[in-house]
Amino acid sequence: MSIIETKDLTKRFGSLVAVDSISLRIEEGEIFGLLGPNGAGKTTTISMLVTMRKPTSGHATVNGFDVVKDADRTRRSIGIVFQDPSLDEELTAYENLELHAAMYGLGAGERGERIKEVLSTVELSDRTHHVVKTFSGGMRRRLEIARGLIHYPKVLFLDEPTIGLDPQTRNHVWEYIKKLKEEHGITVVMTTHYMEEADSLCDRIAIIDNGKIIASGTPSELKESLGGDIVVVKTGEPGRLEKAVRGLDWIRGTKIIDGAISLNVFQGEKRIADIVELAKKGKVPVLSVGIHQPTLDDVFLYYTGREIRAESGSVKDSNRVRMKAWGRGR
Amino acid sequence: MNNELTAVYFMWKRELIRFFRSKSRVIGSLGMPFFYLAILGTSLSGAMRPLAGSENYLQFIMPGILGMVLLFGSVFSGIIVIMDRQFGFLKETLVAPVSRTSIVIGKSLGGATTAVVQGLLMMALALVLGASVEVQNLPYVLLLMAVISMAFVSMGISFASLMEDMHGFQLVMNFLVMPMFFLSGALFPLQDAPGVVQYLSYIDPLTYAVDALRFFINGQSSMPIEVSAGVLIAFLAVTTTASAYLFGKIES
Repeated sequence: MSIIETKDLTKRFGSLVAVDSISLRIEEGEIFGLLGPNGAGKTTTISMLVTMRKPTSGHATVNGFDVVKDADRTRRSIGIVFQDPSLDEELTAYENLELHAAMYGLGAGERGERIKEVLSTVELSDRTHHVVKTFSGGMRRRLEIARGLIHYPKVLFLDEPTIGLDPQTRNHVWEYIKKLKEEHGITVVMTTHYMEEADSLCDRIAIIDNGKIIASGTPSELKESLGGDIVVVKTGEPGRLEKAVRGLDWIRGTKIIDGAISLNVFQGEKRIADIVELAKKGKVPVLSVGIHQPTLDDVFLYYTGREIRAESGSVKDSNRVRMKAWGRGR
Repeated sequence: MNNELTAVYFMWKRELIRFFRSKSRVIGSLGMPFFYLAILGTSLSGAMRPLAGSENYLQFIMPGILGMVLLFGSVFSGIIVIMDRQFGFLKETLVAPVSRTSIVIGKSLGGATTAVVQGLLMMALALVLGASVEVQNLPYVLLLMAVISMAFVSMGISFASLMEDMHGFQLVMNFLVMPMFFLSGALFPLQDAPGVVQYLSYIDPLTYAVDALRFFINGQSSMPIEVSAGVLIAFLAVTTTASAYLFGKIES
């Protein structure tokens, strides 16, 4: 049996359908990624799986427990790292972990030992008795991961684990996530809107847009599903070029993005000359031609017709939260 | 069940750690009562003598200021649930496999404990300034302080559960907590106040708190202790029930 199964999982907020009958199977021991733009429904999906929100309809099981009827046992089976920080900044790392361990039913004797273990997993042992306020963004993230692990969860949920982190710290966090899977066999379910993150970390991915899953598979399956290479032609008149190539058997798909056309081409490098020839014949001015292996960006573009926009994560998360706390402009 | 008790204990401990770690909060909580006692208590002593009866004014307002410390300290402890919410820590507690009731109880006990500690510090300060306490009544005073604090923390948590952000905090402080303080008879005897003020003071739970404190500390009160204690216990029942209910309904 799969460790997570959802059947027609749906969440509505008024007239908005945030999650639209999602059916998923996640296998034990894999890193599964929910990939999609902001507002696609990733966090809402996760929050139903971690018992924070109740589904409007459909159901889900985690580790064999129904997330609604058996919320407490579901909660014991999972660890969660929220998108926004959720540590008590005034407590030390140790105190944060101790509080968590106690609430999740670890005995007093077991706690100290386990805290030591998880802190060394995320390399924060030297900070054990420091107040979290003094931690950098990356250290906080790692501490949250440690906290999520402390009660031996079967599944660890990570909601945008690297949002707002600098590239170096991001790589660091990726390594920890890989280590969890390889050394501890934990199933990891993560959301992200970073394509390269999904590509390098996840065993399987579901692309989610407007609350629906539009494609799923391993990263390479998804890329191969485009059926060839991606040829991007920059031109003032992409529409006319699209007409010119329509119906050719080696063209597997076309998408127009402003000022350019992206073509999925079977054996692309052999066809560049043909494409340029066709453009010339159709009197389409060509500014440049590029070719690359498909990336998840192309997969996303192909299935949704839009580009995923990775917003900058430069604003410090804690600042954002503080702004929320005291209201803007104060 | 054991797990629930552990959760209560650790939520309580968390409040204490946070309180004692923040030196400014400990010191700051004593600032206002100190000035009330040191400036009002001494300077108004002569002017207030006909009102305050035979005792000196410092002794008269001491239980009142104690009530104020408990009120402010408790409501503040309760209301910082909003901070927990905004800083995300609340989520961590809400998805834990323990009941929300245990979390509320732990928080309330923790907040109440810190309020009582503030009250004791303030009493010590008052003694230094020349006020006195009937020593044999001290256990009752402590118990009373615990009941009062618990009730007001629960009130704070109830309001916090209804609020989205810190904007509401000022509203509660200025339009609820401050009037409660002024209407409680903490600073002046209510018998001589205008009728409206007197009526309003009867719906102010702090009135009963101050009167009961005065009964045990100064040995005199304006209503029987059975009445004030009864009202306080009823108030405690209402606020704890409300806080458990409203906190349980918070949508994460």
